[in-house]
Amino acid sequence: MEPIVELRDVHQAFGDFEVLKGISFDVAKGGVICIIGPSGSGKSTLLRCINGLVPISKGTIRVAEFEVNALRSDKERIALRKEVSMVFQQYNLFPHKTALENVMMAPVHVLHEPRDEVRERAIALLTKVGLAAKCDAYPGELSGGQQQRVAIARSLAMRPEVMLFDEVTAALDPETVKEVLNTIRELAREGMTCIIVTHEMRFARELADRVLFTDGGTIVESAPPGELFDHPQKERTRAFLSQVL
Amino acid sequence: MTMPVLLPCAARLAAAARDERRAGPRFRLTLTQGIVLVVLFAAGCAFAQAQAAAGDLPILATIWKWSPLLARGFVFNLAISFIAMGAGTIAGFFLGYAQISLLAPIRKMAVIVTHFFRNAPWLVLLFYCMFLLPFQVTLLGVTIPIPDWTKATLGLALPVMANVSEIVRGAVQSIPTTQWEAAASLAFTRRQTMWMIVVPQCIKRMLPPWMNLYAILTMSTVLASIVGVNEMMTLTQRALSAENRPGLLLAFYAYVLLWFFVYCYPIARWTVRLEARYAVNQ
Repeated sequence: MEPIVELRDVHQAFGDFEVLKGISFDVAKGGVICIIGPSGSGKSTLLRCINGLVPISKGTIRVAEFEVNALRSDKERIALRKEVSMVFQQYNLFPHKTALENVMMAPVHVLHEPRDEVRERAIALLTKVGLAAKCDAYPGELSGGQQQRVAIARSLAMRPEVMLFDEVTAALDPETVKEVLNTIRELAREGMTCIIVTHEMRFARELADRVLFTDGGTIVESAPPGELFDHPQKERTRAFLSQVL
Repeated sequence: MTMPVLLPCAARLAAAARDERRAGPRFRLTLTQGIVLVVLFAAGCAFAQAQAAAGDLPILATIWKWSPLLARGFVFNLAISFIAMGAGTIAGFFLGYAQISLLAPIRKMAVIVTHFFRNAPWLVLLFYCMFLLPFQVTLLGVTIPIPDWTKATLGLALPVMANVSEIVRGAVQSIPTTQWEAAASLAFTRRQTMWMIVVPQCIKRMLPPWMNLYAILTMSTVLASIVGVNEMMTLTQRALSAENRPGLLLAFYAYVLLWFFVYCYPIARWTVRLEARYAVNQ
């Protein structure tokens, strides 16, 4: 089966500083990829390249039918972003809107779906992430974990093909990490294609079909979680894992 | 997004200084200033009374006699301030929006215009408007007079425009870029992001500096007296020359100051309260 996301020799540079130095990997439909690695290894940038927030300088990225590197206009990028949703480390909810409005905004104003229908779906999604009681709360009134789950619901409301998670538990209290991971776990089990940048090694091991270890803008090692965590081939991977495990 | 308390002290001071600059000229009215004004007024009255010749009206009666005229002048000051603020705000909104345009020529142009009118002395702008604009225009055979007060209002609207432009730019840029990123990844267009996500969050931040600007503008409307508009200051001068009692000077001008203080003080208080509230809620 043709992969839904395909990266080939992706390079990205901010001025003279090369962030990504030739990244290639595939994600099958319904697959879950976890990306681990030290800070500053280009993980977040990589996700931003996939949904066209950051342009790449060399190589190709394909997501479903979109050649991301060939998209020139905002209009084309918007078409891509309807298929690829992203959840951020800092949640980035819209603080002037309630949880329900946060979830409803994009489907109503971007997809132009009828408000009543969207409303029903938004309530269902918030229920799914365990926040049915918080529909009318503003982000400032929610805990970090609750905000992050609203952010996940907001992304899901677009019915994307692919979800990108950028260190979504890194800013959370240890106690609330679990509730967010459970939500992602459920999604992955339902067959959502997920690309997850994470520092939660146990979570990566449990959920991923494949784990990528990145360092210095390259993929050092890529293997199924059992192999990568238990029998890392590269010295760099072993050094990293011994630090974090 | 770091919480303010987590910023090191120097960074926090730098941020505060940046906010100050962004907010434009600062204007603080305190109750103490009001009390000083009242004392000044009382002293002026006492002085005038002491200088009074036999047969002169008592000082308070003199002030009372002229008050209806001065009040009419004050209403004119307010009218000028409303119109200049309204026009300046609308123009300033567009100019501020142009300052953050993605098109470099538009952006640069807007920045130059903003800085020119923001840094030019208000009085110089006022004189330019008075003397460069014709006293009437003929359009399709119809002659439309341009009264002096219109020109003065325009002259005051220009610096208001420039200051509003800076307020808008500052407020939009104070919204974290992560909001733009989140909106973009939900497939919002730039325009949608601006109007549905950024601007609504900005309004609250813009309100205090905008009100502050209004108070400054109201104070500045007396500049129009220099170019001969019949506002409160001009009328005070007329009243004084009609009375022909030099002893009245101090009392009359303190009286004018009191009028402006009474009008601007509540605005200043409210601005401070809003600022404090938003500083907590950010």
